[in-house]
Parts: sequence; C-alpha cells; structure tokens
Amino acid sequence: MRMLPEPTPETRHFWDGCNVGELRLQRCRSCKESYFPPRPFCPKCGTRDVEAYKVSGKGVLWSYIINHRPRPDMGTEPHAIAVVKLEEGPTMMTNIVDCPQTPEALQLDMPVQVSFARQTDHITLPLFAPVKL
Amino acid sequence: MKQKSIAVVGAAETTKLGKIPDLSVIGLNADAALNALAEAGLRPSDIDGVATAGIAPEELAYYLGITPTWADGTNVGGCSFMLHVRHAAAAISEGLATTILVTHGESGRSGVGANALVRTPSSLRGQFETPYGASGPATMFTIPVLRYLKTYGLTEEDLAWVAVIQREWAARNPRASFRDPITVDDVLNSPMIAWPFRKLMCCLVTDGGGALILTSADRATDFPHKPVYILGTGESVAAPLISQMEDFTSSKAFRVSGKKAFDEAGISHADVDHLMIYDAFAHLPFYGLEDLGFCKPGEAAGLSRTATPRLLLGGRKVASCRSTLTAAAFPTCTRACMACTPCRRACARCAASRRPRYRGRRSRSATASAAGSPRPARLSSRTKRNPVSPAAVQQQVGRPERRRRALQSFDLRDRACAMESLRVWGARPDTPCLCTRYPGNDLYHTIY
Repeated sequence: MRMLPEPTPETRHFWDGCNVGELRLQRCRSCKESYFPPRPFCPKCGTRDVEAYKVSGKGVLWSYIINHRPRPDMGTEPHAIAVVKLEEGPTMMTNIVDCPQTPEALQLDMPVQVSFARQTDHITLPLFAPVKL
Repeated sequence: MKQKSIAVVGAAETTKLGKIPDLSVIGLNADAALNALAEAGLRPSDIDGVATAGIAPEELAYYLGITPTWADGTNVGGCSFMLHVRHAAAAISEGLATTILVTHGESGRSGVGANALVRTPSSLRGQFETPYGASGPATMFTIPVLRYLKTYGLTEEDLAWVAVIQREWAARNPRASFRDPITVDDVLNSPMIAWPFRKLMCCLVTDGGGALILTSADRATDFPHKPVYILGTGESVAAPLISQMEDFTSSKAFRVSGKKAFDEAGISHADVDHLMIYDAFAHLPFYGLEDLGFCKPGEAAGLSRTATPRLLLGGRKVASCRSTLTAAAFPTCTRACMACTPCRRACARCAASRRPRYRGRRSRSATASAAGSPRPARLSSRTKRNPVSPAAVQQQVGRPERRRRALQSFDLRDRACAMESLRVWGARPDTPCLCTRYPGNDLYHTIY
C-alpha cells in the first residue's frame, strides 16, 4: 500500500471530489485565478471569496523523472513521478498510467487526462493517462 | 546591515569528512563548532548567540555549554545555515549578541543520531507529492529539469558535462571524496537513479558538518585570522512543493535573493571574481548562473562547456560551490550545506598566508566575554600546520605569474590550500565572492 494522503478540513473537498470521479480546483471569485493545492482563500489576492469547481481533468505532461530506485511502497519497477499542467493553469504532481515508463513514451507536452485510482474507501488518487488519439 | 560591519572570524569543518560512524548528528555539530572555536581562539563561553538547523538551537547551546542571549533555529532546508549568517549579522548589528556560532552537522551516510525522515501525511507535501513516490532530493530537486532541457534544447550530455567539470574542480580540493577525473561517457554510463539523472550527476550522501563564528567588524581584527567581511546578503523562499515551482526553468527565490545580495553589496557582476553555486545535482549550476544574471537564460550549459579553463567566465572563477557536491566531493552535503564554510575556509587559508603569524595576543573577544581568568589565545591548528612566510603571501596575492612562483614554495598540502585560496580571491584580496544555495524551493546568497 502506497503512502496515502490524510485530508485536512481545508483540503477535504478535493479528496471528496476524487472519490466521486471529479477533479476539483478552486478559483477566486474576485480575480478569477484558479489555484492548487486547496486552501480557503486566494493566494493571489488574499480574499476568502473562493469556490471549488470541477475542472476538465485535461492537461499536458509538464515535466517528470523516472525513479529507478522506487520507494518500497511504490513497487520495484522504475516509475515516473510527473507534474502535469492543467488546462485551467495550475500544475499538479501525479503518476502517469497506461503508458510505458520510458523516456520514449513519456514526451513532454503530450496531452494527458485524469484517471482516478481508488486506493481505499476514503482515498482516490488523481493519476493521469495519455490521451488516446 | 551596513557593508563590512560584520565579519566571519572562525570557520571550520568536522575533523573527519565522508564517513564518520563514531559521531552522531549533534556530535558532528559540536565537532565542527569546537574546530571553529579553536581557529578563532575562543571557548564556548565566549559565544553568546547560536544558530543551527536539523537539531534545535537550544540542544546545541546546552551541549556546548553556551548560554546564549540570541538563538535562531530557522529551518528552510539545506540553505538554512546561509540564512543564519544573514540573521546573525542582523542580530549583531542590533546588539542582540556579540559573537555568534552557526553550526551544521549531518550523519547522512551513517545515520547516527539522525532524525527519521517523517512525512506527515496531512501536510501539503504529504497530501500532494508524497503519494506519487516523491521523497528525497533525487526525486524532488530533479523534477523540473526535463522542462528546462526541452525549453533550451539541451540534453543529458549537457548535464553530464557539469559532473565532469565539477570533478575537475574537486581534484583540487584536498578534502574531496572523489578526485580522479571522469569523462562524459563515465557519467552517462553510471547507474540510473532518476532519469535523466545518473549516479554521477547526483549529490553524495555523506557525514560531516561545518561551523562559522561571526562578530562585529570592530572586534574582528583581534582574531588570529584575517576576518572575512560580509558585503551583502539576500534571502528568499519560494514554493516548498517542487510541483508548485512557479517556473520550472528558473528559481524565483534565487532571483529575488540574488538581486538583494547584489544591491546590498553595491557591486555588479563584473566585480565578482569567484562564484560558488550550490551544486548538489548537475542542473543547479545552470539555474544559478542564469538566475543570478551571469548569463542569459539557456546559456549556462554552453558557457560551462566552452569556457577555458572550464567555467572561467570572463576572468571570473565561477567554480561550483564546493567543488563539489555532485558525485565529486565536498562532504558536508546530502541536503545540508554550509556553502559559506568552504568559502571562508579558503579565505582563512589565504589570510593565514597573507598575515604575519599570530603571535599569541589575547583576542578582544575573549576579554570581552569576562569568562574567567585570562588565558593565552590558542593558535589555530591550521596556522600551526601551515606557517607561510609573509613574503610568499605577498607574492600570492600579486600577479598571476608571481602567484605561481609563490606556489612552488609550498608543499603539496599548502599548495592545495593556496590553490583554493587563489580560486576564491583571484588577484585581489578584497575581491567580492558570491555564495549561493539553490535547492529548487529555497535559496539564499551571501556576498563576502
């Protein structure tokens, strides 16, 4: 079992969203900025007038490494630790699934789509897969 | 802080470096501290301010028998100790303490007395990075690099060149762990750690530590070694999550703190003779050179490879910080580093060479401490070991050919020390030297 997140009151909505298959960001009602990770105020302008909303789950592979010495809870095979850039702007760390974990298969800027991976009754991780053309 | 109002008067590393199974983390801090105190001719009771990270400052103070009037435990990662220098300078300027000890110790290799690396699963990192397998420098510092390489059309080979160049510098460092030359092929054939990073592009995991002693400029001249004055400092922190770095090709904290240090010092890039960029992983010198403004974005790799000698930029020595962390050499590393220590150490050696030998005056600091009965100030072990004639030293700081002649009169050890000193000081003893530290998420500079 991999090391899992423990939601806090400020992040609960994000993890609840993952559990029901929704990727949720927050945005400021005042300056319209979308941001991540979750917090109950806008990191750009400081207002508390923010909302959570469901996003497309689409983005591009922004950068990554392929870890050849995986943490014990991550298995024994080399795997990518990636950052995706979402359509809405924010970046997010993740793993890339349904794809060989090789430099050839993992091309920067390739389109990816969120793919939820349930871990327990309470935690679902937002992983990403290449968009099939 | 007023320029040159604060000075470093003692600097040392742990007695041993690399693998030290017989000392715990706090013991490494203390060992480095005692060595720095000895170099400055001080006792622990002469210290009235302490700063450290990794262990608590109160632990350090208690362990060494110090009752400080000022303590700083700022912990922002490996550059904490450079922030401590800045904070200490401010504290001395404000009269909160007179003589401050900054220490670092890490049992990265032996793991003796080290705190377990615990990731709180409810922290931001614990929720939004740890679950994906990121833990430890090799899987965090390295993540932005592919974006950097793609943006500027660079390759793994460009990273490999950094390791090769670093090893060349390491060869001149007598305390380096690895000093034999390596080739680009050696680097590209070393075991894969986290693609595109191979073993020889990554930071060593070692045991070691360092310590600095700072005081005000008016007291600094009474110490055994010529003081190193602080011209300017800068400080900034940015996203603690590597995935949230604003721009994967540039460090904001690097840019902000660098500009601040330059502004405070009132110098330009052309004034910098020696640049020490923290280089735990092969890409860091690229970010450092570019974010500090020594070259344009994307130019650092080409610059590093084509300069002759390597990394000699327009007459300025832009060697990496410790010549170096990556696969090469300088030990205190894993993630922590007192980049200022090697700098100061080199300065001290140069200064020791430049000044007449210390003649046993009591330091004013010892007097001011009212710590007990007067005692003769102690010669630093380094001064004892390397007595160098003032004449040789005058030559050393003169023109290059004269300096080379001076070097011929040194034995091997002195020669290595002098080389290091020359790297720092170039031809002029008062030349500014810039130390930097960039771990992707936090960063700091000090200009000496």
